[in-house]
Amino acid sequence: MAVMRPETSPGSDLDAELLLTMYRHMVRARVLDERMWVLNRQGRAPFVISCQGHEAAQVGMAMALRPGYDWIAPYYRDLALTLVLGMTPRDHLLALLARAADPNSGGRQMPAHYGYRPLNIITGGSPVATQVLHAAGAALASRVRGEDAVAYTSLGEGSTSEGDFHEGLNFAAVHQLPLICVVENNGFAISVPWSKQGHTKDVADRALGYGMPGVIVDGLDPVASYHAMTEAVARARRGEGPTLIEAKVARLTPHSSDDDDRPYKTREAVAEEKAQDCVLRFRRVLEQRGVLSPGDAEEVRAQCMREVDRAQEEAENSPLPSPESLHLHVYGDQ
Amino acid sequence: MAIRTYIEAIREGMRDEMRRDPRVIVLGEDVGVKGGVFKATDGLHAEFGEMRVIDTPLAESAIVGVAIGAAINGLRPIAEIQFQDFILPAVDQIISEAAKIRYRSNNGFSVPMVVRAPFGGGVHGALYHSQSLEAMFCHIPGLKVVVPSTPQDAKGLLRAAIRDPDPVLFFEHKRCYRLIRGEVPDGEYTVPLGCAEVRREGRDIAVFTYGLMTHFCMEAAESLARDGFACEVVDLRSLRPLDRAAIVASARKCGKVLCVQEANLAVSVMSEVAAIVAEDCFEYLDAPVRRLGGPEVPGVPFSPPLEEAYMLNTTKIEAALRELAAY
Ligand SMILES: Cc1ncc(C[n+]2csc(CCOP(=O)(O)OP(=O)(O)O)c2C)c(N)n1
Repeated sequence: MAVMRPETSPGSDLDAELLLTMYRHMVRARVLDERMWVLNRQGRAPFVISCQGHEAAQVGMAMALRPGYDWIAPYYRDLALTLVLGMTPRDHLLALLARAADPNSGGRQMPAHYGYRPLNIITGGSPVATQVLHAAGAALASRVRGEDAVAYTSLGEGSTSEGDFHEGLNFAAVHQLPLICVVENNGFAISVPWSKQGHTKDVADRALGYGMPGVIVDGLDPVASYHAMTEAVARARRGEGPTLIEAKVARLTPHSSDDDDRPYKTREAVAEEKAQDCVLRFRRVLEQRGVLSPGDAEEVRAQCMREVDRAQEEAENSPLPSPESLHLHVYGDQ
Repeated sequence: MAIRTYIEAIREGMRDEMRRDPRVIVLGEDVGVKGGVFKATDGLHAEFGEMRVIDTPLAESAIVGVAIGAAINGLRPIAEIQFQDFILPAVDQIISEAAKIRYRSNNGFSVPMVVRAPFGGGVHGALYHSQSLEAMFCHIPGLKVVVPSTPQDAKGLLRAAIRDPDPVLFFEHKRCYRLIRGEVPDGEYTVPLGCAEVRREGRDIAVFTYGLMTHFCMEAAESLARDGFACEVVDLRSLRPLDRAAIVASARKCGKVLCVQEANLAVSVMSEVAAIVAEDCFEYLDAPVRRLGGPEVPGVPFSPPLEEAYMLNTTKIEAALRELAAY
């Protein structure tokens, strides 16, 4: 078993409507993410953590899943993924502004702690990598019931140093569970580069140690990401076990709104990543293929802006949780 | 009514629930063909197969974390931790995840899961096969903590724990496994979580305890009865939530209180019981609340005189009761 590096030529073999859908999802996530930063800088939202630079990977992967059927244990950067699966900008802005109607947690958790029962998006906490085990457990339960649902989980490359990553992948491999674990490798865990997390060249090399396929994919390319995921999902649904996918992505922002990346990232490296911005890159690909005109692109962005404007207004007018609700939902038989 | 050992009752509790509810699965180290190192799951693999009785890799965080995920996706997992001492690698999954999932999702998700683990000393298990770590979990809202002392309770509480909508830590005193026998009702019964049981009625001293110590307290109370002192022995059974009403009722009735536990006392279950008595029974007390527990050393040593010195026994409890009786 060797690590696979599928060759792809972006956008080559998918029909135009699918490509445009991908593009719309990417822009929608980007516009929403940028709005969150604006609200943060205006002092209206205390904390933002970003998916910028991860959109292509997340959109491609999410489009290969069955929303509401498959089980999803995401991590805090998966804004674009959750949007494709069916969450809305309104849902995320309610969470950002800690409103009672936040469907993730009713304003109890920090933003970007996703969880949404109707879509099988499993609630996540703050400790990294714990969700890998929940995904393995969800996959196990689907198998016990004889269903062909798969479980998806994701985390950053730094978080693969945690024991739960190892325990989860090993468990899934031993029991040949329908699990797909995606590592969104943006090179840094806050300030610490991959070279200080692992001594393999790629994160996907670790798959060999678990006896499962490891796949490296260009995570700036939604089509490549879609294909890699489609294949892993098909394998999992056929009962052929788990896959580790490493998506090489870029973190276009500091770690979070509380971080300053200047001490550990050169301005040249930042500029280089921005030049490779996956949203702009995919736009150019679609324009070259004649699928998207500059006017179309502007219209997509304008539509997303209008949706996010509306969502922001609704979220801002939505009430905060009442202090009395503090005590609710500690136990189910309260 | 049939006579069962404590461990037989636990095994039957799991078996009966697995027969009743196809969502119930068991997972842990050596729980399959071997039936567990204590034989708690003996026969389950043969009856229910490897899909529902799962030998996991030797990885406690995975055992609990996978159980959480399976519970979220509709199963009712029973996760066995081979010894409570080895639950520590899973504490992040228990405290950061299981305990908080209902609360943090605003009731969107829940974790109906039982984590079973044998605990306690007196079995020559030394530092890492003898601990009583229940207090650290009792501190955590979102968890329930249960310690049965009799076969009847072991089966009934375990069935209630499996049916409970939230994570329950079910700690079994390993010395009780084969030492304690008793009647177990026929048919499908449960013992509700959160309720203490008065094992012996009395009006002179209220004795609060749980687990193996319940049996020692009963013997000590018997001895005092011969001298005319009537102890009321209350088996807490549920350590979180505690049965506050039962504690208050017995403490007020007797006016003197002895709290007995195997674990060391600092920041422990009996710290909480004593605090409840102090808050709610002050005007009724005829003596200071007394507590008896393990010494403040990191673990139970191996060599017999050291283990003997560590562990409480009937004689030590009796002495504390007599002192309190004379107050
Ligand atoms: C167990 C744990 N330790 C530390 C943290 C603090 N923390 C949050 S994110 C993070 C870096 C994670 O980096 P990586 O996994 O590479 O993901 P990225 O943020 O780069 O997408 C750290 C150290 C945490 N949330 N959980």
